[in-house]
Parts: sequence; structure tokens; C-alpha cells
Amino acid sequence: MMKKITFTLLISILFFTNCKDDKDCCVFPENITTTINFTHNWNGKEITNQELNELKFTTENGEKISIERLRYLISNLSLVGSNNQFLIDFGENSGSSISVTDISPGTYNLKFTFGLQDKDNKDGEYQLLNSVNFNVPAMLGGGYHYMQFDGKFLNNNDEETGFNFHAIRAVDRTNPNDLKFEDTSFEVDLGSIKIVKNTTIEIKMNVAEWFKNPNTWNLNELNTVLMPNFEAQKMISANGKSVFTLGKIN
Amino acid sequence: MKNFFVYFFSFLLLMNCTSKEKDFYTPVAYNLEIPTLFSDKLIAPIIPVDKPLTIEGVALGKKLFFDKILSKDNTQSCATCHNPAKAFTDNKQFSKGVSGNFGKRNTMPLFNLAWNFDELFTWNGKEFGLETQALEPVTNPIEMHADWVNIAEKLNQNETYRNLFSQAFDSEKIDSTLVTKAIAQFERTLISGNSKFDKYLQGEATLTENETNGFNVFMDEERGDCFHCHGSNNNPLWTDNKFHNNGLDEDFTDLGLGKITGDPNDNGKFKSPSIRNLAFTAPYMHDGRFTTLDEVINHYSEGLKRSSTIDPLMKKINQGGVNLTAKDKADLKAFLLTLTDNEFVNNPAFQK
Repeated sequence: MMKKITFTLLISILFFTNCKDDKDCCVFPENITTTINFTHNWNGKEITNQELNELKFTTENGEKISIERLRYLISNLSLVGSNNQFLIDFGENSGSSISVTDISPGTYNLKFTFGLQDKDNKDGEYQLLNSVNFNVPAMLGGGYHYMQFDGKFLNNNDEETGFNFHAIRAVDRTNPNDLKFEDTSFEVDLGSIKIVKNTTIEIKMNVAEWFKNPNTWNLNELNTVLMPNFEAQKMISANGKSVFTLGKIN
Repeated sequence: MKNFFVYFFSFLLLMNCTSKEKDFYTPVAYNLEIPTLFSDKLIAPIIPVDKPLTIEGVALGKKLFFDKILSKDNTQSCATCHNPAKAFTDNKQFSKGVSGNFGKRNTMPLFNLAWNFDELFTWNGKEFGLETQALEPVTNPIEMHADWVNIAEKLNQNETYRNLFSQAFDSEKIDSTLVTKAIAQFERTLISGNSKFDKYLQGEATLTENETNGFNVFMDEERGDCFHCHGSNNNPLWTDNKFHNNGLDEDFTDLGLGKITGDPNDNGKFKSPSIRNLAFTAPYMHDGRFTTLDEVINHYSEGLKRSSTIDPLMKKINQGGVNLTAKDKADLKAFLLTLTDNEFVNNPAFQK
């Protein structure tokens, strides 16, 4: 009888010790998945890539425009860490959903750089961006586009005319042998977000803002060959700062 | 004792299985030699994991590529229209098929196909994947006009092919899937990356003043602005492999990509070809309408035609285009010809 009691006691001790160990040593902080979705709208009305090539949007300056190609680069997305780049292609509906799988619950500051900061904007450095032809010519300082936004607008003569609203690091080519640069990438800070479970975060791009604030963009005057236009690049950068806002968090 | 016999016969049986396995031929992995510029600048080429390159597969693909057995009447091979000496084109506006019919598109050159990251092939992007693309010309009535069942029968009756397919794919039955797998393997080895300009980028050659200015015209958004579609010193493919309407026509007799997607917004769009090896690939454009490079440059300079789907990257349409000076045109042509890869067209590995 004593033998049986001792055996039962021993098994019980082992069982409970085992449970205790589980609690103390084997419960890790839960890693959660956060998905960041970039969505696009025109002054609040959501748009999709099914609406390409139609002269259906009106800029602040009153020009009717179409979107034919819209792809842009963000980098240093805070939830992912540093030294990361993501190319979002609205037209091809690719890259707009970014999944972060290894973050712990907590409060995070959600921010990213639109384009590439000068320190990261190294010519020919990124294989993926080279492969999709996102480079900037060496005569403009090299590196990469921040955005290629192409479409058509109805000009003052009611003719459909192309525009190439391309954002790069601003370069002053007054003296081609002594280029002057201004870093026109900018930080988008969307504030603090508490993430305690699998979460989907929407970042909204209001495409209309590129033509709106603070510079009312006149496409009749500034439509193509904007890459070497120092002042135009600074204006694009200024307008870009109100383009992104935080959307729904689920 | 009884157990001893059971173990003994089991051992013999297993030995028998092992020796049978030894009869199977294992193809040897093919080492694709990727130019340094490509490995430095580009993401990895597309080689499907279930379709690895092997020495036997590539050799078989090459043999098939040059064999007229793939046509209805044994008069044409892939190489009839895709001549390696012409960067795998045939210098004809339209190619004549086995039945004497002509197509309506210019033969595309074949090189650097493994770096077509979207894997959409042909002028209108009709075919997804190299293997799928290779299926089509064999049966197309205006090309080889054959029947895959008959082709497979002819190949299965050929002992040499039976052995080669057995070695490459461990299969005793030859069919269209294996034929196109082999051809696609060969096609993935067709790499062109050793032109004068490639050597210049690696510090092994010097450009003339005219060639340098031509490159600058190509890269200058205010002049040629060719780089947005045709690559750059950082993209040695010299194409974006995308589809554009480059202002050839006001009305479309050939819808191009639009015929495939059914989207009117894609009408008149065709794939940007690589500008490598232009010295070998005349005539130019999807319908081979331009005989010379001068005509091509003149088109972009002052020959653009407005249409609803013209690409916004085509500038100054009202003036017909970017209006290059005579010198810039000549220099642009000189630069384009620095992308001529003589080593590629003479590479013994790509000849019959």
C-alpha cells in the first residue's frame, strides 16, 4: 500500500512540476502578423486599377486627367526595421499589401520614407528596382525614381496630352559639371499604433493631393520632362506631404 | 533455419532492386554562366524549380530546335525563322510557313528570355512561360503546321531521340510536354551580355565621343527619353518587357495586347523589344515596317501618330515626337550599335 501511495505521489509531483515548468519557461510572447495595405482614392472616393486610362478625375486646377501608370517607392518602413524598400504598383495591383510576420505585441510608431533618403539612394544598388527599370539617369545624379505617375489630361485646347509626373531627388543642373542636389524624399509619420493581435492597417494615398496642396498644379504648364526640373521636384515633394493618411485599423 | 532463408531471399530481392535503380540515368545539372553585369544588377533569372536545366536537357533542346522533324513536312525547324547568326531572327518582315503562308508579325529575336520576369512572351504577351510558347508554332497553320500527336509519333520512332529523352527526362514516352521542356531549357541558355557597351561598363572598352553623346540622348528625358522603356546601364536587359503603344498608328489593324486581354485600353500595345543586337534584327517593330534603324529613330523623333492608347511617355505628339537634331540621331544610332554582341551570334554552343 505504501509503495502504491509513494508511486502515486511521485507521478503527481512530476506532473505538477512539469506544468509549472511549462508556465515559467515555455510560454513565449506571441508573435503576430500585421498587414499594411496601401489603398488609393481621389479626394476620398476609392479608386482601383480597373479605372485606368479614363479621363474621369479632375485636378484642383480643373484639368480632367486619366491615370495610366502609378508606381511608387517607400522605404524604411518602421514596422519592418531599417533599410527596406517596397515598390507599390497601383496599375499592376502589386506590392500594395505588405505583411510583417515577426513583431511582438506593443505600441509602434508607424512611419516610412516616401522615396529614398539620400544615404540610401545609391545608383544601381537595388537589384529589384533595376529589374523593373526604376533607375534615374546618371546625368541627373543616378539613384532611383520615387514615383512614376503617367497619364493624360485634356489641355487648354481640349487635346488629350500625356503627363509624366515623375518624382526623383531634385537636381539643379545649372552647371552640368557641378550638380546640386536636394533630398526631396520625405518622411510620412502616421503616429502611434497599438498592436496586440493580428492587425490590418490601411494607409491611404489621396492621388488628388499630388496636384493640390500647397501647390495647385497646372498641368498645362508642367506636364512632362519634370525629372530635370529642380523647382518642379521640390513642388512635387511639398505636395506629397499631405498625400498619405492613416485609414482603418482592424 | 526457416528465418535464415527468409532473410537471405529478402536480401537478394533488395539487391536486385538496388541494381535496377543503378540503370536509371541521372542528368547532370547545367551550370548557367550568368554575366557579371546581370548577376550584379538583376534579380535571378526565372528557372522553374520543377524544370531545372541539365546538360542532357539543354543538348536535347538544341537538337530539337534545329531539327525539321517538328514541322508538318520536315521542311522547317525553329531555326528556320530563328537563325542564331541573326540573333535568332530571320531578317524578313514576315516569315513564310511550311504551307507557304505568311504571318503578320515580325519574328522576335531570342536572348535573355529567362530574365523576362513576367514570363509573358510574343509581341502581344499571348503566351505565359517559355514551355507554353514553344507549343504554339509547331501547330500554327501559318508556321510549322504540324500535329503534336504526329510529331510525338515521329520522335518515338526515332531511337536516337528515345535515348536522349530517356537520359534527359527518364521517360520512355516522348510527348509535347517533354519536347517543349527541352526546347525551353535550350532557350534559357541563350544569353547575350558581351557587347561593346557591356565591356565599356566593365572598364574594358572605351566609347567614342559620338557613342557617348548617343547614350546621353538615350538617357536624357529632354531628348530621346528611351530609358523609361528600354533599360539603362543599370538594366542590362535593355527592355522593360512591358507592353506599350509607341505611336505607330492612328487606327489599329492589329490590336496587340488588346486582343489578348479584351481591354480596349490595351489596343495597339506591343512588347518593348530589347535594343540589344539591333545590327542583326532588322526589320523593326512588331510588323517589321521599318527597314533601318534610321527609320526607327525618325519615327520617335517626328513620326508619332496620336491614338487613344498611345503611351504618355511618347512626348510632343503634336510635333510628331521629340525632334532630335541630325547629330543626335546619328549619335543615338552609333550608341545603339554598341549593344551589338558578336560573341553571342557566333557562340558555338548556339549553332546547329
